[in-house]
Amino acid sequence: MSTPETIVLVGHGMVGQRFLEALADHGVTRRARVIVLCEEPRPAYDRVKLTSYFSGATPEELTLADEDFMSRHGIETHLGDAAATLDRTARTVTTLSGSRFHYDTLVLATGSYPFVPPVPGRDSEGCFVYRTIEDLLAIESYAQTARTGAVVGGGLLGLEAAGALQGLGLDTHVVEFSPRLMSIQVDEGGGAALRRKIEGMGIQVHTGVGGQEVIAGEDGRVRSLLLSDGSKVATDLVIFSAGIRPRDQLAREAGLTTGERGGIVIDERCRTSDPNTFAIGECAKAVDGMVYGLVAPGYEMAETAAAAIADSLGGEVGRPGFTGADTSTKLKLLGVDVASFGDALGTADGALDVLYSDSRAGVYKKLVVSPDGALLGGVLVGDAEAYGTLRALTGSVPPVPPESLVLPAGMGAPAALGPTALPDEAVICSCHNVQKGAVRAAVTEHECTDLPSVKKCTRAGTGCGSCVKVLGQLMDAELEAGGIAVDKGLCGCFSHTRAELYEIVRTLRLTTFAEILDSQGRPEARQGDGCEICKPALASVLASLAPALGSGGHVLDGEQAALQDTNDHHLANLQRNGSYSVVPRVPGGEITPAKLIVIGEVARDFGLYTKITGGQRIDMFGARVDQLPAIWARLVDAGFESGHAYGKSLRTVKSCVGQTWCRYGVQDSVRMAISLELRYRGLRAPHKLKSAVSGCARECAEAMGKDFGVIATASGWNLYVGGNGGATPRHADLLAQDLSDAELVRLIDRFLMFYIRTADRLERTSTWLERIDGGLAHVRDVVVHDSLGLCDELEELMAAHVEGYRDEWAATLEDPERLQRFVSFVNAPGAPDPSVRFVAEREQIKPDLTLLSGPDIPVRTLEGTSSR
Amino acid sequence: MTTATASTPAATAGAVLEVAAAGSWHPVCPPSALVVGRGVAALLPDGSQIALFADRAGHTYAIANRDPFTGAEVLSRGLLGSADGRAFVASPLLKQRFELATGRCLDDDEVSVPVYPVRTVTAAHHSAK
Repeated sequence: MSTPETIVLVGHGMVGQRFLEALADHGVTRRARVIVLCEEPRPAYDRVKLTSYFSGATPEELTLADEDFMSRHGIETHLGDAAATLDRTARTVTTLSGSRFHYDTLVLATGSYPFVPPVPGRDSEGCFVYRTIEDLLAIESYAQTARTGAVVGGGLLGLEAAGALQGLGLDTHVVEFSPRLMSIQVDEGGGAALRRKIEGMGIQVHTGVGGQEVIAGEDGRVRSLLLSDGSKVATDLVIFSAGIRPRDQLAREAGLTTGERGGIVIDERCRTSDPNTFAIGECAKAVDGMVYGLVAPGYEMAETAAAAIADSLGGEVGRPGFTGADTSTKLKLLGVDVASFGDALGTADGALDVLYSDSRAGVYKKLVVSPDGALLGGVLVGDAEAYGTLRALTGSVPPVPPESLVLPAGMGAPAALGPTALPDEAVICSCHNVQKGAVRAAVTEHECTDLPSVKKCTRAGTGCGSCVKVLGQLMDAELEAGGIAVDKGLCGCFSHTRAELYEIVRTLRLTTFAEILDSQGRPEARQGDGCEICKPALASVLASLAPALGSGGHVLDGEQAALQDTNDHHLANLQRNGSYSVVPRVPGGEITPAKLIVIGEVARDFGLYTKITGGQRIDMFGARVDQLPAIWARLVDAGFESGHAYGKSLRTVKSCVGQTWCRYGVQDSVRMAISLELRYRGLRAPHKLKSAVSGCARECAEAMGKDFGVIATASGWNLYVGGNGGATPRHADLLAQDLSDAELVRLIDRFLMFYIRTADRLERTSTWLERIDGGLAHVRDVVVHDSLGLCDELEELMAAHVEGYRDEWAATLEDPERLQRFVSFVNAPGAPDPSVRFVAEREQIKPDLTLLSGPDIPVRTLEGTSSR
Repeated sequence: MTTATASTPAATAGAVLEVAAAGSWHPVCPPSALVVGRGVAALLPDGSQIALFADRAGHTYAIANRDPFTGAEVLSRGLLGSADGRAFVASPLLKQRFELATGRCLDDDEVSVPVYPVRTVTAAHHSAK
């Protein structure tokens, strides 16, 4: 070919982007010139997750194409310039701005537009649709002056829009013309269960009525919505979400065949009536006569068209054609699980129902089965746990009776059928069309042993994420079958995880380790002494819950004392020669000269080595155990308190100097750091917690490397979570933006308590966030949107902690019994330990290790063996 | 040699823990000075250090206080645990475990620590003070 083939893609949405990726995969981008025309001002983004914008996701985070995808593959992109006309004879596309592009092959991925019913007043100020990021930005800005909002349309998107309005603090109404919500996906019973759940959240639902007229005031702004039954809803804002229509105008005007009710007619390889032109996604009408409004069929069309184009350029992809798709969906709407799959409404001849409904719990499950027992489809509301298994079984006769698939576990039903019962051909991830066999192969052939690597290897679970649970189960089953033990127990004494034990302790109100071990431990460990793993882990759980359970809080009280690692036991950090280091709290790193002098004097008088820590405080090394009370008596007297450097608890909240002094600062970061450090000091957690507050986006406090980091913005604070430095650095993820002081504290309260509740032993927030099902999105759902209804409880737990806080060192000094533990020898309390000696280095002390190395074995360190 | 100054509960009034070393028994402290699940350090007349422990089953143990992996005299500050019914202490420094009854290191077959016999005697039976 002398001049390369030119492929023009009209529309850069999710399907368009997938098409480009498939072209690149087939090597077409290397041989052909590829041009993309995009109407929106930004490249393809994840429209399915559009609503997550309101929970803090930035438009950039929703972007689908990584930054250099276009340049890497030499794809030319024209943003913010829609295709306006198509000349099929000359084979050119002309844009609104007048640019003209010649094509050899044209691909239309123009998507759809929101249908706005032709009601009077629909153009009033305050009327919106819900389709693009620009729509959301406009709604968000208008909502600042509004108190009430109404959504016309109670389908999937309408309910998402209603959730967004409610999240923006508006009194929210949903108006649905059909007798039930989500009428396409769920049946009457499911709709009723869904309605109860949604009304329970304070959203007012009007079904069986349509919007008749939007009534505006003299200023042209929306005042109310008149309904078809004559009633009126006073509202400041209206969102139309009454369905979508394929955008086929460009094709229709150019004479391509379109369907009677819209949609560009395509064949099995996604070719339109013009052989040089393809159509994919929501603008296309497939051979089965359907116009699909879901992303999974769109992706399949994108793959099909890309394969057809690759083949026509001499490739041999040979992909089967697109003849129709599964419209199964599972989603979490306003925190309610809703799923429908297969023949959900039971339209097949002779279809029978299996029904389980619990109105009180808001659970509704229906399976549609054929007379011979084959599973045809179903609806799940309130509990869609079984979706992954059920969808994959659709079309076959399940190996167990259908009712056992919908009954809750433990209600006389046999154990729920696990995904291991599925055939290898069962599709586990419908977004990426990954079969069970591929998931198994990831474990058996590619040696993946954890979920992140299975996801990376197969791409399964990286789309909507609804199959991640099933993926985990399959992976565990495969690992077990391969003889790789997946005992998730905490240690040899407990078969429960730390998070499970937390729940057990909380609900059964257990207050001692012995009680927990004897009632919950593995049979062989009961009545024993526990071990070095479970004792500190449960000590931490007991300490976290002590304020809420009303049990003794001090870590040196009673039995608690015996559970603590030596650092917690002596409220100081054990160093290599048996001496301890001491770190007083310096909140936010702010300290007066007078207090600096006290630290200097104490260190001088006790002969301690001093060093500035990374957390903006001062560490004093070389104290003997019997010196600790005297050192702390001086420090407490001068107004210091424990810095908890020894505990799995909050260490420091680092800060930059902030607005007060810095010419770039936009908020008082020091004030915020101090108040956060004082609020969370002493909080026992699965692992240590570090934090920082930066006064501007320059981020001098390095908040993005902390478990929870705060960065000032002109209008408030951004909260980042799950950052880490150390051996495996991780930048923190944005949890929420532009928060007021009170909102910030409330979100951190919830976040920390949710972490403490669900994390594993010694699991930092960074690994926890990567491990838990649903990751950041799930955590955001729980702590921002209260999807589990837990937030009140989490806040109460934190309030109890704040209320119950006492400085551990001040309390220890007042208690002669606790002080008895700070002796070198039980039979010689006054004698110093002769093995703790020091030698000089750089005008300070260091441990004398020659004293420690005996004749038997050389002194070892973590790094290796030292000859000294 | 000084005895512990801890107050002695009525139930064990007068009782003393004794440790055998270099062919004789040495009184160390009242049993009440031990917290179940934790250790204490004690000095023997020759200047060597021992670590004493009490477990839930009511047994007391004495081993050398020196952690052979680091040379530090810290085993008394480790956490006591049990596995298969046998009590052990985990070193507070690098967490190697030592069986209390035998001194055997459970994480390294070539290492062990000295063990000392322990007994409880009532005031009537011991003379040393």
